[in-house]
Amino acid sequence: MAEKDKKDLFETIWSMLASVQLAVAVFIVLALSSIIGTIVEQQAEPAKNLALLAKFFGDSAAPTVYNIFAKLGFMDMYRSWWFVSFLSLFSINLIVCSIDRFPKTWKLVNLPFKPLAEHVIKTLPVKKEIKFRTASSAAVKDEFLNSLKASRYHVLESTEDNATQLYCQKGKYSRLGVYVVHLSIILIFVGAIIGARFGFGGHLNLPEGQFSDVAYTSDGGEIPLGFTVKCNWYETSYYEGLDTPMEFQSELVVIENGREVLTKAIQVNDPLTYKGITFYQSSYGMLPNARGQFIITVTPSGGRPETLRLMFGDSFEIPGTGISGTIDDFSPALGSDRRTGNLTTYSENMVNPAVGVIFNMPGQDAFKGWIFKRYPQTGMLQGGHSIRFDDYWGAEYTGLQVSRDPGVWLIYIACIIMAIGLYVAFFMSHKKIWVHVAHESPGGKGPVRISLGGNTSRNKFAFEKEIDHIFTRASQAVEARQAKK
Amino acid sequence: MSSSAFFNISAGAYIAALVIYVIYLVTRNKTVGVSATTMTIFGFVSQTIAFLIRWSNSYTFWMTSNPSSGLVEALLRAAPLRNLYESLIFFVWSLIMIHLIIEFKYKIRSLGAFVTPIAALALLFIDISGTSKEIQPLIPALQSNWLLFHVLLAFLGYAAFGVSFGAAAAYIVMVTESRKEKTYIFWSLIIGIFIIVLVAMGIDFMSLSADERKNLIQSHFLKSTFRSESGGVVAASVVISIAFLFALWQMGFGLKKVLASLSVTTTMLEEIEYKSIAIGFPLFTLGGLLMGAIWANSAWGKYWSWDPKETWSLITWFVYALYLHARFIGGWRGKRVAILSVIGFVAVIFTYLGVNLVLSGLHAYGSG
Ligand code: HEM
Repeated sequence: MAEKDKKDLFETIWSMLASVQLAVAVFIVLALSSIIGTIVEQQAEPAKNLALLAKFFGDSAAPTVYNIFAKLGFMDMYRSWWFVSFLSLFSINLIVCSIDRFPKTWKLVNLPFKPLAEHVIKTLPVKKEIKFRTASSAAVKDEFLNSLKASRYHVLESTEDNATQLYCQKGKYSRLGVYVVHLSIILIFVGAIIGARFGFGGHLNLPEGQFSDVAYTSDGGEIPLGFTVKCNWYETSYYEGLDTPMEFQSELVVIENGREVLTKAIQVNDPLTYKGITFYQSSYGMLPNARGQFIITVTPSGGRPETLRLMFGDSFEIPGTGISGTIDDFSPALGSDRRTGNLTTYSENMVNPAVGVIFNMPGQDAFKGWIFKRYPQTGMLQGGHSIRFDDYWGAEYTGLQVSRDPGVWLIYIACIIMAIGLYVAFFMSHKKIWVHVAHESPGGKGPVRISLGGNTSRNKFAFEKEIDHIFTRASQAVEARQAKK
Repeated sequence: MSSSAFFNISAGAYIAALVIYVIYLVTRNKTVGVSATTMTIFGFVSQTIAFLIRWSNSYTFWMTSNPSSGLVEALLRAAPLRNLYESLIFFVWSLIMIHLIIEFKYKIRSLGAFVTPIAALALLFIDISGTSKEIQPLIPALQSNWLLFHVLLAFLGYAAFGVSFGAAAAYIVMVTESRKEKTYIFWSLIIGIFIIVLVAMGIDFMSLSADERKNLIQSHFLKSTFRSESGGVVAASVVISIAFLFALWQMGFGLKKVLASLSVTTTMLEEIEYKSIAIGFPLFTLGGLLMGAIWANSAWGKYWSWDPKETWSLITWFVYALYLHARFIGGWRGKRVAILSVIGFVAVIFTYLGVNLVLSGLHAYGSG
């Protein structure tokens, strides 16, 4: 290929990549293909999407369609090569387009700003005229100067022949707002790539009282943490009298070189971060076949409370009362059946835990009573003694999302930049005003004629109002001077 | 008076305002126009009162379960923007507010006839969808300031898009030369489908018992019409809908003359359509996308996970970005961009309602 052809080819590709037509096409492709990803369930078990496809294509065609869809990457679309390619094309388009246009905009921003001939001022998009019969042109000019300054314009002045011109501009850099927005989008991409390349996302189900020095990826791989994390306890708290959860919490301890370096109770929306790795409260559950400890506080009437840790079948005494009990039963969610009124366990999770205790009291037959964790009054015994059910500990695990994302700070910065860029792009504008002041007849004679003109890069409506305001304020000041004379 | 009493007053006022705006369109009588505006303002004031009372009630509610929280925290957590019901109400409130601002700024009253229907439809939707109106306790994931600002800004953005949609709808009618134009057919279809779905939901609502109404959307959506067990009902629904679409297509054209006689200019409508997007786009970007991502990151450690809700917000965003670029650089004007404004608002509705109603329905197995 000759040098020239190469150059032409490069220019063709460049202008294609810089074109807004391409941007429009990519917008449409990304929007439409994203729709597919919201209909076909992503990274789901095949059976789910087979059932979905059967609704549309019938049972017999569904497997074939499924295979075609799977080949096209629809089942994990947002990670498929072609979707990622479109995202890349989108960012290349954005970068090339911005590089391509920036010099022109930069020129526009730094265009030498000069006075205009009066007949040109009269052709500007926003214009006004007025004549003052008896004022001097110097006085009129002064008032317009004051008025422009009051609207915070930095005013330049030029005089030629018998005319003076005031001219000023504001917000020329607002033309760059668009580039700031585009830059922030690129930064988001960069942040996402850094996160994907150098970060990880995993999970860890940690039973109460246990520890781990790894987290797990979704396919079961181990991710070493570099330290040990331990779960002291997990707890769901509920709104009073309701089974609506108020908070999911667990207390985590970071152990490094055998020392506890950090302890924090985490909640949804309030994670723990240590050495760049963050632990989020994301789920919880009961351990199958767990043998936990019943933490129970007994208080004889007027006496000191005493906290006990008991296993299933253990017995305890309330000191000095002769009352004893044996842990005999447990339900994670005890309630009464709506129809029969019998006690039932209505959830596998610890929604309303209750411990069943066989009581032996002096002079009474043994009997069984339930003490609810969420309802302390169920532990009030005759004679003012009380038993409080604090927790069934060691039976639950806390589900943690464990992730490290070294790109996230860039995402946050990009968010701030985008907010600033959007504000500048949409709510600020590059405004220019020229005011031509001259006497009607040569030699400083006759009424003073004012021609004002201006243009703006956007928000013409607001600009017109501003001009009105500047104009009225100056005219009134001139008239006030005239009246004084 | 209670919050819901004031709210009912405002709902009544908006529906009355809708009727008066339409009468104004037909009669072009100035007094009628002024009373439409007055009625809207009256509704807006009552709704503001309702909103404040509800906020105060839910503040008390929050304080009883979390007595240790500080004043600011409690006020933020109690902000009535926490479920479908409250956010739809806030949407209506923002829509009316933005409409009133535009009405005063541009002195264009007839836009009311296109914006109040959106408000009325949203109100009707609230009622027939049977969403719970109780003050509900806030579940843990929602206890975040990011979430609050996310919802607040996103809904202001949606309301601005709604106004743009109203202006675009009026614009398309005004510039239509013939009923055969694709744009106009598209217009009749979109408006018609809106109304048909709403009426169909109304029929669902009436045919259900009070208990079933609570999950109208989850399990009874369009079950008494288009998704009925009986083939006859389905066929009748389809036939009636087509007849309705046809009638709308025939008669919608009449609006053109009315609008033209009201000194509504196409330039003005175009400007409102664009201006609203210029306001809505930054709000939606910041509130809908960025703050949503920040909230997700603080709650789950992932700022973007391509879930259907996020993806649909992104699609909506692409549509409006397309609008801005097509208009500003592609030099598209007139009908072509007006259509994008309409599509954008359809995407907004789908993002907010469709994802929960349609997609979760598709993905729910066994319950059919
Ligand atoms: C979703 C991603 C994008 C966002 C949020 C975005 C945002 C914006 C905004 C807010 C404006 C100003 C529009 C106005 O003044 O009304 C703008 C202008 C523009 N955008 Fe984008 N943009 C995006 C993607 C792109 C892409 C992919 C291209 C590639 C060609 C592009 C090219 C342009 C150009 C050429 C302008 C006009 C710049 C000027 O006035 O000099 N944008 N963009």
